[in-house]
Amino acid sequence: MELLNALALLSNYVLVPALAYGSQLALGALGVTLVFGILRFSNFAHGDTMAFGTMVTILFTWWFQSMGIHLGPLPTALLAMPFGILFCAAYVLATDRLVYRFYRSKRSDPVIYLIASVGVMFVTNGIVRFIIGPDDQNFADGERFIIKAGEFKKLTGLSEGVSIKLSQGITVITMFIVVALLFWFLNKTRSGKSMRAYSDNEDLALLSGINPDRVVAITWILAAALATIAGTLYGLDKSFKPFTYFQLLLPIFAAAIVGGLGNPLGAIAGGFVIAFSEIMITYAYKRVIAYLVPGDWVPDGLIQLLSTDYKFAVSFVILLLVLLVRPNGIFKGTGV
Amino acid sequence: MSFLLAQGMTGGYGSVDILHDCTIAVEAGEIAVIVGPNGAGKSTAMKAVFGMLDIHSGSVILDGEDITALSPQDRVAKGMAFVPQTNNVFPSMSVEQNLEMGAFLRRDDINKTMEEVYELFPILREKRRQNAGELSGGQRQQVAVGRALMTQPKLLMLDEPTAGVSPIVMDELFDLIIDIARTGLPILMVEQNARQALNIADKGYVLVQGRNRFTDTGQALMNDPEVRKSFLGG
Amino acid sequence: MRNLVYFLIISALIVLVGQFQSWNLALSILNLCIISAIMALGVNIQWGYAGLFNVGIMGFAALGGLAAMLISMPPVREAWSAGGLGIAGGIVALILTVLCAVFSYRKMRGTRFRTLIVVLVSVVGYFVLRSFFDPASDAIEKVNPASSGYLGGLGLPILLAWPVGGVLAGAAAWVVGKITLGLRADYLAIATLGISEIIVAMLKNEDWMTRGVKNVVGLPRPVPYEINLQQSDWFIQLAARLQTDPVTFSSIFVKICYAGLFGVVLLLVLYLSEKALRSPWGRMMRAIRDNEVSSEAMGKDVKARHLQVFVLGSMVVGIAGAMLTTLDGQLTPSSYQPLRFTFLIWVMVIVGGSGNNWGAILGGFVIWFFWIESEPMGIWLMNTLTSQMDSGSALRAHLIDSAQHMRLMTMGLILLLTLRFSPRGLIPEKNAHH
Ligand SMILES: Nc1ncnc2c1ncn2[C@@H]1O[C@H](COP(=O)(O)OP(=O)(O)O)[C@@H](O)[C@H]1O
Ligand SMILES: [Mg+2]
Repeated sequence: MELLNALALLSNYVLVPALAYGSQLALGALGVTLVFGILRFSNFAHGDTMAFGTMVTILFTWWFQSMGIHLGPLPTALLAMPFGILFCAAYVLATDRLVYRFYRSKRSDPVIYLIASVGVMFVTNGIVRFIIGPDDQNFADGERFIIKAGEFKKLTGLSEGVSIKLSQGITVITMFIVVALLFWFLNKTRSGKSMRAYSDNEDLALLSGINPDRVVAITWILAAALATIAGTLYGLDKSFKPFTYFQLLLPIFAAAIVGGLGNPLGAIAGGFVIAFSEIMITYAYKRVIAYLVPGDWVPDGLIQLLSTDYKFAVSFVILLLVLLVRPNGIFKGTGV
Repeated sequence: MSFLLAQGMTGGYGSVDILHDCTIAVEAGEIAVIVGPNGAGKSTAMKAVFGMLDIHSGSVILDGEDITALSPQDRVAKGMAFVPQTNNVFPSMSVEQNLEMGAFLRRDDINKTMEEVYELFPILREKRRQNAGELSGGQRQQVAVGRALMTQPKLLMLDEPTAGVSPIVMDELFDLIIDIARTGLPILMVEQNARQALNIADKGYVLVQGRNRFTDTGQALMNDPEVRKSFLGG
Repeated sequence: MRNLVYFLIISALIVLVGQFQSWNLALSILNLCIISAIMALGVNIQWGYAGLFNVGIMGFAALGGLAAMLISMPPVREAWSAGGLGIAGGIVALILTVLCAVFSYRKMRGTRFRTLIVVLVSVVGYFVLRSFFDPASDAIEKVNPASSGYLGGLGLPILLAWPVGGVLAGAAAWVVGKITLGLRADYLAIATLGISEIIVAMLKNEDWMTRGVKNVVGLPRPVPYEINLQQSDWFIQLAARLQTDPVTFSSIFVKICYAGLFGVVLLLVLYLSEKALRSPWGRMMRAIRDNEVSSEAMGKDVKARHLQVFVLGSMVVGIAGAMLTTLDGQLTPSSYQPLRFTFLIWVMVIVGGSGNNWGAILGGFVIWFFWIESEPMGIWLMNTLTSQMDSGSALRAHLIDSAQHMRLMTMGLILLLTLRFSPRGLIPEKNAHH
C-alpha cells in the first residue's frame, strides 16, 4: 500500500508530466534535427517559429470560440491547429525564400546560417509580440482532466491521487500519431526518401535527379508543422508566452544533440531523456520517501536535487556531458 | 556525329579556370577513357560535362541536342548517369534503397532494372538490406555503378571506379565495365590505371593541366612512345 | 576617411540629442554607447578574429555585474557570522569535487567505467556541498531580509571590480570553451546560450549571494555623488561660472566623470586589440579563421588558439558588464535579457564590420543610439499613423502599445539586411581574405 502510494505520487508528479513534456520536446527537437539534417545548420529561430505557429493557432481558436464553434470536450485549439500549421509553413517558406536561399546558392559557411537564423529569430519574435503581445495567454478550453486526483483516489483507495490533464493525454497521443506519420513519410514516400537521400549525400542526390529546392521546401513545411504542433501542445499544457518559447530553445537543442543532430529517432529519445532528467532532478522527493521509510527516518529537507529555477541547468549539464563523452550523440547524428 | 560531344570547355570552380578548351567525345556504343596525371582536371572535366560547374565557353551536345544550359537533374532526365570519384553512395541507406534512389526520376516499374543490376553484381543481392556505408570499397563501387544504371541511362560516366580497391577487385570491376559496355551503353570513364583502361578503350584522351594533350584510339595511344614514356611508365 | 565621417555623424547625432532633448540624456546615451562598444570589441575578438559564434554574451556581462557587486558592497557582518562558515565549507567542497572529478576523468582514461565514476564523484560531492550550502544560505537569507539577507561584498573600491569581472567571465568562458571548442560551431553557440541562461538564473535565485530579484542597490561609486557636489564650494563656483543650475550640472558632471573613466577603458581595450590584431598572433588567428584545415595541417593547435581568443573576448565582455553595473549603481538580475544583451551586441558587431575593431566601436555607438532613440520614434510613428483612428479604438491602443516590439523586428531586419547586402559591415576588415 505504502509502496503503491509512493508510486502514485511519483506518477502524478514525475511520470505523467515528464511524458507530456518529453513529447513536446521530442516534437520540437524533431523540427530542429530535420532542418539540421537537410540544411546543415542549427536553427536558432525554431523556438520563435513554435511561438509563431502557436500564435496563429490561438488567434484561430479565439475566432472559432467567438463563432461558437467548439470541439466538445476537446480543446478548440486542435481545430485551429491546421490553420496554425498552414500560416507557419507559409511564413517559414517566406523566410527561406528571403533569407536562407541566398546563402544556399552561395554555399555559405554554416555559421553564417546560424547568424541569419538569429536575425530571423529576432524578427519572428518581434512579429509575435507585436501581434499577440508579450504576455501569458491561456487558450485551453473543453474538459480539464481525463482523470482527477480525487476520482483516482476513490477508484483505487489510495491516499495519493494521480491526475491526468486532458492536455497531457492529447500531447502524448498526438506525439505518437505525428511521429508515426513522420516516419512513414520519411521511409515510405518518394518525397521522404528523397529527403533522406539528400541528407545523406547532397551531391549524389542531385546526380540522382532529386530536386534540391523541393527537398528544402518539404523540410521547412515539416519543420513548421512540427513546431506548430509542439508549440500548441506546450501552450495547452502550460500556457503561451513568447519568451518561454525562446527559452525552450535550450532543452530542445539539448534533446536534438543528445540524440545526435540530424537523427530523428535520436531527437525523440533525446526529448524524453531531457524531460525526465529535468523533472526528476527538480522534484522534491520528501513525500515519496515518507511512504517508503519509517516515520522517524524521514529527512527534514525537501530532498530536491535542484531547485526548479535551474531546470535549464539540467539540459545544459546533460548537453555538456554528451559533448564530452560522445560528441555525435547517443544515436550518432547520421542524417535524416 | 558523336553521341556525346563536349566541345571547347573552359571553366573552373571559382575565378581560376581549371579547364582550357577541353574537348571530349563519346561515340555510340563505345568506351572513351580520360587519363592524365593527378590534378590534371579529369574529375573537373567530368563535372563540367555533367553541368556541375559553370563553363563560360564551350558546349555539351548529347544525342544531337544541346544541353549546355541544363542543370544536373535535367541531364539525368536526358539519360546521363554519373558515378563520382568520391562519396558516390548514400552511406546510411541500404543497398536496395541506394538503387531505388538511382531510379528516383522513373515512374515506371523499376524491379526489372533492379533485377538486371543484381544479375550484374550478384554480391549486391546478398547485401541488399545492408547499409551501403558498411560495405567494402569494391562493393561500394558496385553499388555506385548499380545506382547509376538504375536510371536506365543512355550514357554512363564513371570517375575512377577502381580507385582504392585491391588489384583482384580491380580486374573484376574492369570485367564488369566491359560487360556493361557490351550491352551497347556508351561509357565515359576516368582512370588512374591508364594502361588497363586504354586497353579496353575505343577512344582515349590524355589530359594535362586542363588541356587535351593526346587524343586517339586506345590502341594507338598505348603504342605512342611519347604517351608510354610520360604516362604509362615506359 | 569615410570612417571618420561615420564617427563624426554619430557624434553629431549625440550632440543633437543634447541640444534638442537634454544633455543629461545625451551623456547617458554616450556612456552606454561606450560600454556597448567595449562589449562589441570583445565579441569582435571572438567572431572577427577567430570566427567563433558566442550566443552567451549576456551571461558574461552578468558575471561582470556580479563582480561589481561582490567587490564593492560592504560585507554584512551579521550574515557572515550566521552562514559565512557554511558557505566557505561549501566552496571548499565544490573545489574538491571538481578536482576529484577532473582527476578521476584523467586517471581513468580508457577504462570502461570512467563516465560512471566521474558522475558518481560529482553527485556525492554535490550532496556534500549542498549539506554545507543549504543551512548556511537559509541562515544568511534570514538576516534582515528586507534590507540585506545576503553576505554583502568585500567593500573594496568598485574600480577593482572591472578586472575581476573580466576574470570571472574568462573563467566561465574557459570551461565552456574547453568542452565545446573543436566541435561544430553550433555546439559552441548552444553551449554559450545555455551557460548564460544558467548564470542569470543563478543571479536571480542565489539570494544569499545577490539578493536575487530583490536587487542590490546603492553600489559605491567611483565618481562623486551629486548631492556632495552640490554642497561643495568649488562646484557651485564652477556652475556659476558656466552659468548653469548646480543641480542639473551636478548630474551632468557625474556622467562626464563616468564617460571619462569608460573612455579610458575603451581606448585601452582598443589599443590592445589593435596591437594584438597586427601582431604575428593576430595574423595567425586570421589565417586559422580563413582556412582552418590547412592551418591545422601546418601544425598549429587550432583548438588552443580558439580557447585563448574565446577567453580573451569573454573577459572584455565581463569588464564591460562590470562597468555597466557600476554605472547603474545597482545589480538587477532581472534586467539581463538575451535580446538586449546578447543579440543586440551581435547586431553591433555585424553592422559595424566584423573583424575590424573600429567597426565594432562604430557599431556599438550606432546601434545603441538607435536602440534608445527608436522607442520614442516608434511611438511617435504609431501615434501619427493611427491619428486618424478613433481615439477609443482598441486597435489603436494595441498598436501604440506594441510599438516597443517594433524594435526587435527592426534590429532583426538590420542584422539580416547587413548580413545579406553588406556582410563586411560599415567599416570592413582591412585586407580581408573573403
Ligand atoms: N571543389 C573544388 N574547388 C576548387 N578547386 C578544385 C575543386 N576540386 C578540384 N579542384 C582543383 O582543380 C584541379 C583539378 O582537380 P581534379 O579535376 O580533381 O583533378 P584530377 O581528377 O585530374 O585528379 C586541382 O588543381 C584541384 O585542386
Ligand atoms: Mg579526380
